[in-house]
Amino acid sequence: MLDAKIPSGTLDSKWTDFKGHCKLVNPANKRKLEVIVVGTGLAGASAAASLGELGYKVKAFCFQDSPRRAHSIAAQGGINAAKNYQNDGDSIFRLFYDTIKGGDYRAREANVHRLAEVSGNIIDQCVAQGVPFAREYGGLLSNRSFGGTQVQRTFYAAGQTGQQLLIGAYQALERQVALGNVKMYARHEMLEVVKIDGKASGIIARDLVSGKLERHFGHAVLLCTGGYGNVFYLSTNAMGSNVTAAWKAHRNGAAFANPCFTQIHPTCIPVSGDHQSKLTLMSESLRNDGRIWVPKQQNETRKAVDIPEEERDYYLERRYPAFGNLVPRDVASRAAKERCDAGYGVGSSKQAVYLDYADAIERYGKIEVSKEGRTDVSKEEIIALGKQVVKTKYGNLFDMYEKITGENPYEVPMRIYPAVHYTMGGLWVDYELQTTVPGLYALGEANFSDHGANRLGASALMQGLADGYFVIPYTLGNNLADAIYNKAVETTHPAFEEAEKNVSERIQNLMNIKGKQSVESFHKRLGKIIWDKCGMARNKEGLEQAIREVQALKKEFWSDVRIPGEINEMNPELDKANRVADFIELGELMCIDALSRNESCGGHFREEYQTPDGEALRDDTNYMYVAAWEFKADHQWELHKEALNYEVIKPTQRNYK
Amino acid sequence: MEHYNMNLTVKVWRQKNSSDKGKFESYPVKNISSEMSFLEMIDVLNEQLIVEGKEPIAFDHDCREGICGMCSMYINGKPHGPWAANTTCQLHMRAFKDGDTVVVEPWRASAFPVVKDLMVDRSAFDRIIQAGGYISVNTGNAVDGNSLPINKDHADSAFAAAMCIGCGACVAACKNSSAMLFLSAKVSHLALLPQGDPERKSRVLNMVAQMDKEGFGACTNTGACEATCPKEISISNIARLNQEYLRASLTAEK
Amino acid sequence: MTWKQVFTSSVGKKLTMGLTGIFLILFLVVHAGLNACIWANDHGIMFNKGAHFMGANVIPRILEIGLFAGLLLHIIQGLMLELSNRSKRKVGYAVSYGNEGSKWYSRSMGILGTLILLFLVLHLSDFWYPNRSHQNFVLGEEIDLYEKMKTTFTELWVVIVYVLGCLSLGYHLAHGFQSAFKTLGINNRRYHIMLTSLGYGFSIIITLAFALMPISFYLGWVN
Repeated sequence: MLDAKIPSGTLDSKWTDFKGHCKLVNPANKRKLEVIVVGTGLAGASAAASLGELGYKVKAFCFQDSPRRAHSIAAQGGINAAKNYQNDGDSIFRLFYDTIKGGDYRAREANVHRLAEVSGNIIDQCVAQGVPFAREYGGLLSNRSFGGTQVQRTFYAAGQTGQQLLIGAYQALERQVALGNVKMYARHEMLEVVKIDGKASGIIARDLVSGKLERHFGHAVLLCTGGYGNVFYLSTNAMGSNVTAAWKAHRNGAAFANPCFTQIHPTCIPVSGDHQSKLTLMSESLRNDGRIWVPKQQNETRKAVDIPEEERDYYLERRYPAFGNLVPRDVASRAAKERCDAGYGVGSSKQAVYLDYADAIERYGKIEVSKEGRTDVSKEEIIALGKQVVKTKYGNLFDMYEKITGENPYEVPMRIYPAVHYTMGGLWVDYELQTTVPGLYALGEANFSDHGANRLGASALMQGLADGYFVIPYTLGNNLADAIYNKAVETTHPAFEEAEKNVSERIQNLMNIKGKQSVESFHKRLGKIIWDKCGMARNKEGLEQAIREVQALKKEFWSDVRIPGEINEMNPELDKANRVADFIELGELMCIDALSRNESCGGHFREEYQTPDGEALRDDTNYMYVAAWEFKADHQWELHKEALNYEVIKPTQRNYK
Repeated sequence: MEHYNMNLTVKVWRQKNSSDKGKFESYPVKNISSEMSFLEMIDVLNEQLIVEGKEPIAFDHDCREGICGMCSMYINGKPHGPWAANTTCQLHMRAFKDGDTVVVEPWRASAFPVVKDLMVDRSAFDRIIQAGGYISVNTGNAVDGNSLPINKDHADSAFAAAMCIGCGACVAACKNSSAMLFLSAKVSHLALLPQGDPERKSRVLNMVAQMDKEGFGACTNTGACEATCPKEISISNIARLNQEYLRASLTAEK
Repeated sequence: MTWKQVFTSSVGKKLTMGLTGIFLILFLVVHAGLNACIWANDHGIMFNKGAHFMGANVIPRILEIGLFAGLLLHIIQGLMLELSNRSKRKVGYAVSYGNEGSKWYSRSMGILGTLILLFLVLHLSDFWYPNRSHQNFVLGEEIDLYEKMKTTFTELWVVIVYVLGCLSLGYHLAHGFQSAFKTLGINNRRYHIMLTSLGYGFSIIITLAFALMPISFYLGWVN
């Protein structure tokens, strides 16, 4: 079932060879080929724009009111590219190597190498579009460093890199809309893939304003629908982020790969109460200057500032002296959880650790004083100067923290706790980004391909844009070259009838339940099960229990959910119910996947498989594969394994001590 | 910061769809924590309405971290509520006290018709961008990113303008329902960069024409937009747009 | 881009407002300067000389046509813009944004302008019309405008109306002055600060200068 279609040849020649030999579609024929793009984040907007430029007839869909709202917009830190502008030893190979290692050797070499190869083109393309990256005084592009690397290769636009990149792609997309190459459907949600003769040939979408179902034909369907982190209910994902499109594809034959690989980001603002609807990330860049600690005494009640230095436990610096506060995300998150579980957590919930800027403020203050060549400076003045420096570097993040918590992070240490942030798993795709359903593609976070078991910071933006701008335009052509003989199918075709009927019945069923519990309450309960038992640490017993609980929840959902309103009108509760129903099914598969992977790697930490000092213990002999799950029937999946062959890199134990 | 709970009356605009006339409804909400965000308070109210068998309030929201630009509530007479440089999703209930009545309205502008309750249709903004808010460069045409040094001040100003999240608060605050701050932010962003130079004339002329077509009002420089903008986009961008427009129309060939 | 398109666009209409506004500001300088001659305290000799030049010389009289054209354009365009802008929000807010985000007078240019227009009708019928009709609208002999002022401003209500008219003008200028320059595209911070201060200074001085004229006559400060 799984043919990754990796081109032969040496690693660094695969992509060049592919481009040199792939089939092409002539411009006149491109106009006859219709492509459906679902989702308009970095992957979707860049794909839709690029394909529109090439002359394909593109239809793009997003559930938000405008393509510019896609959640790529919230990415803060930056985007990696192997430009080596800093002359610090970066290269395509090194970016490739760092990404494979960061992913704990669970990613496909050929895909990651291609990603590193096109990374430079992404920066060039974005600059040409007018993305205002940070610059040095000489007018050249500025770089900063990010976790898990030893070079400065991250390009950024203050703390809003995702926003700027997305707006760039959005503008390119709107240009194609204006030129008539792309037709945009905002406030539309894809609810089914239509297959004709085993090939993806269109979608059923619901107009979220009128509630009407629509049929759309496409010679190919591209899912660029992001990750499924919202299965945890609380995550840094947007409220609307969902797995529905990917899940429909999965139920229709597309294998789902590594669903249990989720990234828990260490620096998020902790939960403040039961009312919490979502979590907010504080950029990884904060760990460059901040120090993370908890009190040495359990159940500490004193305020942070009242705890003397010798009674503080800088546990990351203690456990990982070589990397200190800059260990990769999975490691930092687990360490925080370990301390809190052991009773050293802070704040009213005791589920938080301190991220302290006092040292950094003093250090920067002293640098400022020495710059001015002064000696007789009071401590207060040093602190004041230091705060100024911190403000220019991290001001917007500190402001955001204060708005959310009401605490001033310049005066008291910030409280942080890990939160779900990204999902490495997703639809299984081959080298050409095609899923196991012909004609159906997955791009960006929606696929599983590049990040293995843990993603490095500033790599998600890179992957989304690489897929959309530089990969799909080639690989889609390679597959559509034969489709030029196929005329567009009328949407009166029985396959469309059937698909629409199924969607319509499902919606009808949901509305007919007329139970007592709100959609939100089910989502919350699902999130709690998955977070507790398939979150930062998993074990056999917990996962087995979680599977039972999720199955029971599914039953309860389908018999007691209450959805107010009507079908044929704008009905956000119905939209949400559709999504939560799919999240519940996905939750079960995540637990099954986590249960079947009897090893710890990257973001997947099985408590039974750890080194004596509590680090992840990989099992390369038995688990060096991609777990691709094929949907058979409700609660039934079949596991297909795609072996990962490392031809260039030799997997080793990750060590950050 | 002291945490506290409060009881509030929320007076909110209810409108079934774009053709419905709409009216205000008042709802009591109890035990709201000062730590909640404003939208979480609305979530609580919605859960309450669902339990009571009523229809929950429809409102636009997505990222809930102040960057997607989707949330759009006019709270107690101000777009995005009482805090400066803020979006509705980042407004927290600390801004209110026990016993307050909070009035929530949708953005009001003929160019932003109400879709339902507090949701409005802002697709006019997309069409303004379609009229020229881009640089025409096809994928694959780009030269090396560092082949074109850009004056840091210009790059920084371009970034400050590009921070616009397209929420439409400027239109909602403006007595003329003018979209000039939104428009000028895009025109400035692209005019300040050398990449945007080849199209700068046609861009400003076409985008202004589209804005007029969409039914936004004219700018009278009152400054209400700047004061309410969550990203503090400067009104000096509007003056820059005027300059661009003047230059483009005076030097037009025909 | 035809000229018609330029001047019928929202930005173009604003340009018309700004340009005519600056033209009228220049006129105000001339008008105020000339009227200040009443304080020469020479029984209006200097004032009437100036007034005679303005009324009997062909060049100022040609410019006067331009002034009326500019004024009419400013008024008509302004009223149409105000009406059009008001029509852009069919359903209003229940709670108004108020003064938090903008100055009340910047939001009230239409009303202030209308007040000034009403005042202008009175003002022109007090001085300009009697004088021009005396001249048969050509370069004929004029009336003694100084005497005319003296008699006009003996009535308290006239003085009050004039002072209110000047106040409207002052607030209109407080926003209009700087707004006009912004409309012409001046966005540099340094000029912005300069023009804002200049605008406020100008509005205060012009308002005081004009308002003091009827007051001076009424209270007998000039002879």
